[in-house]
Amino acid sequence: MDVQLWTWILVGLSFALYFGIAIWARASSTKDFYIAGSGVSPLANGMATAADWMSAASFISMAGIISFTGYDGSVYLMGWTGGYVLLALLLAPYLRKFGKFTVPDFIGDRYYSNTARTVAIVCALIVSFTYVAGQMRGVGIVFSQFLQVEITNGVIIGMAVVLVFAFIGGMKGITYTQVAQYCVLIFAFMVPAIFISIQMTGNPIPQIGMGSQLENGTFLLDKLDELHTQLGFKEYTDGSKSTWDVFAITLALMAGTAGLPHVIVRFFTVPRVKDARKSAGYALLLIAVLYTTAPAVSVFARTNLIETVMDKEYSSMPAWFKNWENTGLISWTDKNNDGKIQYSNSDAVNGKPEFKESRGTYGERLISNPTNSKNELYVDRDIMVLANPEIAKLPNWVIALVAAGGLAAALSTAAGLLLVISTSISHDLLKKQLKPNITDKQELLAARISIFLAVIAAGLFGIYPPGFVAAVVALAFGLAAASFFPAIVLGIFDKRMNKEGAISGMIVGISLMLFYMVRYKTGFYGLEPRPESEWWFGTSPEGFGVIAMLLNIIISVTVSRLTAPPPEDVQNIVEDIRIPSGAGKASDH
Amino acid sequence: MKSNLNAKAYWRANLKYLLILLTVWFIVSFGAGILFKDFLNQFRLGGFKLGFWFAQQGSIYVFVILIFIYIHLMNKLDKKHGYSE
Repeated sequence: MDVQLWTWILVGLSFALYFGIAIWARASSTKDFYIAGSGVSPLANGMATAADWMSAASFISMAGIISFTGYDGSVYLMGWTGGYVLLALLLAPYLRKFGKFTVPDFIGDRYYSNTARTVAIVCALIVSFTYVAGQMRGVGIVFSQFLQVEITNGVIIGMAVVLVFAFIGGMKGITYTQVAQYCVLIFAFMVPAIFISIQMTGNPIPQIGMGSQLENGTFLLDKLDELHTQLGFKEYTDGSKSTWDVFAITLALMAGTAGLPHVIVRFFTVPRVKDARKSAGYALLLIAVLYTTAPAVSVFARTNLIETVMDKEYSSMPAWFKNWENTGLISWTDKNNDGKIQYSNSDAVNGKPEFKESRGTYGERLISNPTNSKNELYVDRDIMVLANPEIAKLPNWVIALVAAGGLAAALSTAAGLLLVISTSISHDLLKKQLKPNITDKQELLAARISIFLAVIAAGLFGIYPPGFVAAVVALAFGLAAASFFPAIVLGIFDKRMNKEGAISGMIVGISLMLFYMVRYKTGFYGLEPRPESEWWFGTSPEGFGVIAMLLNIIISVTVSRLTAPPPEDVQNIVEDIRIPSGAGKASDH
Repeated sequence: MKSNLNAKAYWRANLKYLLILLTVWFIVSFGAGILFKDFLNQFRLGGFKLGFWFAQQGSIYVFVILIFIYIHLMNKLDKKHGYSE
């Protein structure tokens, strides 16, 4: 059977499963949709959190980025896992004990102020929207690649699917669907990794295979370092970012992970404080399976890619090379007219390749923007995971499985984020602030309307990506680190923290981060971003969240000590959340 | 008053655990994986340079272990102070 048919079968089957679960969970949960329910078991919650967490970026892009940046890619590995330690130790148990619906709920109550709540809502919306826009784009790319449709149609199909999930399911439906999506995505990620690990090193465990010997006795990583040196790259195991920047980005990603509203909200759904801790443990364990495999996949893919193309005739390239060239994600320009592919450390094209209609001597697609460097090959980072099974000549069903996994990853994250956006609007904004008297039914209706609007908005971002969307996704972490993380941690660990301190800290933190991000990364309509040489303390925009976070903490603490302490009853709340027993019933919302 | 003292002792023990666990968290990731990476890279673990291994594998394993140690310690602490349920 060919890849196309396998893709239809596997994607179809997995979708049938998700819909089945969504409908089943719906049927059993009509009566406890929005009120206290029995709660979700820690293992199921851990799996749902893991699926929620691992987005198209983790599944598709991360291994590709590591593949091209080697050691520098470690920031994502450590940052996106180490954040769970912070989450488990500093936030999850206390927020569960506090026992409300959302993060703005906590901020609003702990800081006894609707202003604080509003600031938190705005931060939650900014963070979630920057994140979800990237997801919709990811869904579009995967659909278009594997179902052979235009990206626009891919995004529209994705929007429709997410809407159906969110409408029939609610939080409970989404939780159980995500459990299934975790299973699909982890299976789809592991199978090709195991195959390739056996193929290259004879060891079935990719985490060990990555550090094993090749048939001729040299270690795989040494071989790759050597190839890199030959081609003029830095050694794979040695990065090119400064130590400070690696430090800053890792810390920003960790604090950001712990401060992401759609992750935190997970820990409100388990029965007891004890279970919140356990959930975080399971979640990290399940995430670690993918995160320790990804660097192995990167090494395998990188080695395979270099060995396949280095100084080989273009005409001898396998089918996958030409397929990806046809989709525009690989390009080759025969700069020295020898018909062979020269690959080295410099840009082969200016930005992304712009293809002409005509083809060259060897049938390659001609481009209009090659550089003068010796490097003739352009490879898009995002294709490494998708193309990996093909590069390693694995059977067609494995290639199709990766498509199903990528879709599971993108859809589960999008659904979780959209839910946070809709609760922010219907619960935090409408119920808690504008119209406290609305009934549950009306609130539910408002939640559904806001999901609908959020999907449309996110979809539009996906179809017409305003250049900066992709860049902004990574910065959502900086924004969360600069705004929520200090406010929540201080709210638990510093009894003296008051509303003046927290509000001013959050506002300064997020504004500074937004400013830095626009100035040095995204630019603003017509305004070019400033160059790297002007970065403050040599900190990249991705790592700047750390500086904004520190400033947030300094301002919060200083302002709080200069103003009146929080009222007695608030201090009692803090005393109370520090003790695990007596947590209220879990909310299923 | 007694329950108050109990709560204080519980919180102090909790903070002590956090301090120890977060120190390990910092050492394996920011220490071994970033600040002392170049130094550790002269040692090897099979085909891995040690600093590189910590950055891409080791730190993640330790993170998982840390959370499970925390769960274990806190469950015991809850029991000791009568907060278990």
